[in-house]
Amino acid sequence: MSWVRTEMALAQPAPGSVRGPLAWVRKNLVGSVGDTILTILGIIIVAWVLPQVISWAFINAQWTGPDRTVCATVAQGGIQPDGWSGACWAFVNAKFGQFMFGTYPVEERWRPILVAILFVALLVPMLMPRVPRKGLNAILLFLALPIVSFVLLVGGMFGLPHVETSRWGGLLITLSLSFVGIAVSLPLGTVLALGRRSKMPIVKMLCVIFIEAVRGIPLITVLFFVSVMLPLFLPAGVSFDKYLRALIGVSLFAAAYMAEVVRGGLQAIPKGQYEGADSLGLGYWQKMGLIVLPQALKLVIPGIVNTFIGMFKDTSLVLIISMFDLLGIVKQNFSDANWATAQTAKSGLVFAAFVFWLFCFGMSRYSMYTERRLDTGHKR
Amino acid sequence: MDFQTRSVSVIFLDLTGIIAFDAVREWEAARRLRCGIPGNGLEWELRSRGKKNQGLPENREKGLWVMKHIAIGILGAATFGFMASAASATTLDTVKAKGFVQCGVSTGLAGFSAPDDKGDWQGIDADFCRAVAAAVFGDGTKVKFTPLSAKERFTALQSGEVDILSRNTTWTINRDTALGLNFVGTTYYDGQGFMINAKKLPGVNSALQLSGAAVCVQSGTTTELNLADYFKANKMEYNPVVFEKLEEVNAAYDAGRCDVYTTDQSGLYGIRLTLGSPADHVVLPEIISKEPLGPAVRQGDDQWYHIVKWTYFALLDAEELGITKANVDEMKNSPSPEIKRVLGQEADTKIGTDLGVSNDWVVNIVKAVGNYGEMFDHNVGSGSPLKIARGINALWTKGGLQYAPPIR
Repeated sequence: MSWVRTEMALAQPAPGSVRGPLAWVRKNLVGSVGDTILTILGIIIVAWVLPQVISWAFINAQWTGPDRTVCATVAQGGIQPDGWSGACWAFVNAKFGQFMFGTYPVEERWRPILVAILFVALLVPMLMPRVPRKGLNAILLFLALPIVSFVLLVGGMFGLPHVETSRWGGLLITLSLSFVGIAVSLPLGTVLALGRRSKMPIVKMLCVIFIEAVRGIPLITVLFFVSVMLPLFLPAGVSFDKYLRALIGVSLFAAAYMAEVVRGGLQAIPKGQYEGADSLGLGYWQKMGLIVLPQALKLVIPGIVNTFIGMFKDTSLVLIISMFDLLGIVKQNFSDANWATAQTAKSGLVFAAFVFWLFCFGMSRYSMYTERRLDTGHKR
Repeated sequence: MDFQTRSVSVIFLDLTGIIAFDAVREWEAARRLRCGIPGNGLEWELRSRGKKNQGLPENREKGLWVMKHIAIGILGAATFGFMASAASATTLDTVKAKGFVQCGVSTGLAGFSAPDDKGDWQGIDADFCRAVAAAVFGDGTKVKFTPLSAKERFTALQSGEVDILSRNTTWTINRDTALGLNFVGTTYYDGQGFMINAKKLPGVNSALQLSGAAVCVQSGTTTELNLADYFKANKMEYNPVVFEKLEEVNAAYDAGRCDVYTTDQSGLYGIRLTLGSPADHVVLPEIISKEPLGPAVRQGDDQWYHIVKWTYFALLDAEELGITKANVDEMKNSPSPEIKRVLGQEADTKIGTDLGVSNDWVVNIVKAVGNYGEMFDHNVGSGSPLKIARGINALWTKGGLQYAPPIR
């Protein structure tokens, strides 16, 4: 007779009170009095709002139509019954080409579409860590693609008709401005951040002046200045392309902000890392490239993506110099009397918000993924 | 409705002039000093500055000299460039050389210039530019549009970025003189009006009955000032509900936060279309300000000014003579000598060539956009969703203000 167990007790599943959907509801929705009240309030709000949103956006929505009559009630001069309220996706549908490409000539629109396909084909493998040949991919994406895109979009060579940038618009402007801004601002911002922490006085001074000057002026002021004042000083016929001016302005702006984000990362690296690199006999660029920057940039991924997302949305400010990004061209089309209804503005703005959200949310999720993948030192 | 930015533009133009003038003066003085020519006294200043530097090492002085020359060079280049733009080839020559008319339009105003489903600009202002292109090239499609914000529009015309500013712009003396524009005429007689919610204000059929009403208005516009003047002059009280953006004003009015909406009357019709129940809203007959909207060109090029001006008159004369898009080819053989003259069918006619265009210019204009009446109906009148009545924009023969001198 023995009081000691001789065989292992078999592992048992957790009791029903702590697993399964019922337990989840008990833990997360009605865990305490406060939680229960919040849950009830939440359900009431969702039950109140959601049916209206769904009926407006889907059930009552008009998807196709020739003009405003499909989106207006009889009293408003349309065909819908009185009291009808639904999204006018027909407006978005009719203007979709413009929202994407602006007034880019219809017969030439295969060119921006081809650029978009190339962009996605190069960007997706770049973003997936498992796909090999990152070096070649980066060269194609950051060196070859801009040149090919320039030739395709602007034209005027290889038998492609020339398309002035004044005819570009919509998502084409939003994406091209922000892609160039992102591609320029990260390396330039890193160089500026290093320059600001440099021991060489002139380099340091120049970097500080640039960063502080740019951060001290609103983007609107710069855009307005280059579009309204610059033409008066230039002889007639000589004019910088307005799009080019916006491109340079947006890129330099983002670079100044990026420099401060990267500098934050550099300051978070302990002195020992710098000294360790020095003691190994590494030169300045080796020290920065191999030891400091990889750690610093990893630390500030949220800040970097924050700047990217901010810049993506700031591109809407080019409206001030009469360039029409996605939001600008949507708003411009509200003035088309053939589509003027009570629902037009709401539908157009919801569409623009959805597209902006799609891109910003995508960037945000990818940054979280990258953070987790690179967070080898402080994993919690 | 106009943003009050005019004075700023004027000051800015003056500044450009002063900078340019100073640069030329200094450049000239420096040249005289080097050549030893006695001049306007400024060289003494330069010479004495040179004396002060005598004690310094030579390369320092050289550096200063180089820097000054670079500065003068840049300013001088900018100045001469600016002057050259005014004195270079005529606008007609440049337009013919590039093969299209560059036309400044609004960034979107229903009925005047707004993009259609294909992204082509439609409206009275856009059609007017097509008419000019038709007069110059015989082809109304040879026109490119530049959308301009209210702030950019005058600079764009002054700097030569556009050849015509056809952008619902009010003709005022300040713009004709100080800003260096030439307005060619009034393509649309507009004025500030009132729209009321007839359900909230039953029985109101005149603006003089609006005492005590809540009025929605956009801030920082002449509209706001006109409103204050009108109510003060008629000894009425009102409660202004002011917003920065047009969209906000629209939303507030639609939501019933005010009983009255005031802006240019042409705008009121466009806004009414976007309201929940347009039938409840009435545009009152009173017009409390003069807003003659018309195209403008740069000063200093009479030939181009005449072409644009007579394009406008040709549109009116065509309507008066009953020449339409549909019947223009038949009208060429009309027995009426006046119609034949206008359409360039008279023997040895020089009317068109004297203007700098071909003799069948009126035919081309009418073929491209129709006559003024057709243009009006198609864009803002009965043929459009706006349904604006001709009113004072009718021909003088029908009780309106549109009157054109004869083409002969």
